[in-house]
Amino acid sequence: MGIESALGEGYLTTKIDVLANWARSNAVWPMPMGLACCGIEMMAFAGPKYDVARFGSEAFRFSPRQSDVMIVAGWATYKMSHAIRRIWDQMPDPKWCIAMGACASTGGMHRCYGVVQGVDNFLPVDAYVSGCPPRPDAVLHALMKIQDKIKTEHSVLLDA
Amino acid sequence: MSLVLSDSLQATVNALTDTFTDKLIEVYQSSGDTFIRIEADANIEILSFLKKEQHYVYLTDVFGIDRYTSDERFEVVYNITNLRDRERLMVKVRVEEENPTLRSATEVWSSANWHEREVYDMFGVYFENHPDLRRIYLPQDFEYHPLRKEFPLLGIPGSIDLPNTTPDTE
Repeated sequence: MGIESALGEGYLTTKIDVLANWARSNAVWPMPMGLACCGIEMMAFAGPKYDVARFGSEAFRFSPRQSDVMIVAGWATYKMSHAIRRIWDQMPDPKWCIAMGACASTGGMHRCYGVVQGVDNFLPVDAYVSGCPPRPDAVLHALMKIQDKIKTEHSVLLDA
Repeated sequence: MSLVLSDSLQATVNALTDTFTDKLIEVYQSSGDTFIRIEADANIEILSFLKKEQHYVYLTDVFGIDRYTSDERFEVVYNITNLRDRERLMVKVRVEEENPTLRSATEVWSSANWHEREVYDMFGVYFENHPDLRRIYLPQDFEYHPLRKEFPLLGIPGSIDLPNTTPDTE
């Protein structure tokens, strides 16, 4: 079943960037940041029905050191924003961020003094998901967009 | 409007009228609740009377109101419950905007501690003799009281810090 059986006696050529991006994009481990009701939909996104394991992101890591994409699911207060940013800073590069739902994207219905009007005020967001809360399919779509983004990166060549 | 009071509430109102004749401002009913408004300088005397003599042993809530009027702008409402007779009573006290200070109800019910901290946080009403009058929700260095009517919906820009987004350069 391994790659040896497909290759037989032959060999395969590729670019190191493509290989690294292929590996990275199919093992995007999420850092769940479930702050409100979107967190429930995020659990459904990880659960058997929507089954994010098909995309290699089933390993929800509650340690920022082991995760690649932070899913901010819910509204972020000014007090919570410091904790979120601290966890984000603890995640190793390369890392990506999904702002899940109206609240994380823009503040949503929490148009008030205590809630940050969009987590992009303190995080570099890669994908915004609309909805209140979004369906798990929409989060899968955001994950696939992030996979597309990873596949176009030139990280190894630039490092050299 | 005439009052429709149960026997227990009628007895409480009668006792208050007899004992604190000049401290009781009005008694009225609204939406099925009974409200009494009292002078601010007698709040602890009346509240401890209600607790000790009338069995209002449970302080359900304390909350503030910004009436946005030029005199007696802020109102503090004590929502108290008589667990023996299953009665609820709202006790209202008004304070001036210039010096919004009341005596703390923590000496009557210890549970007033956090309720009064919330009223202080949101309206800036001070409670004398409170054991720990700090803000309960907002940061300690926050300079405003957000449930006051003049406070803008989206807050004062920059009044609460966002995290440093360039940690490598700090």
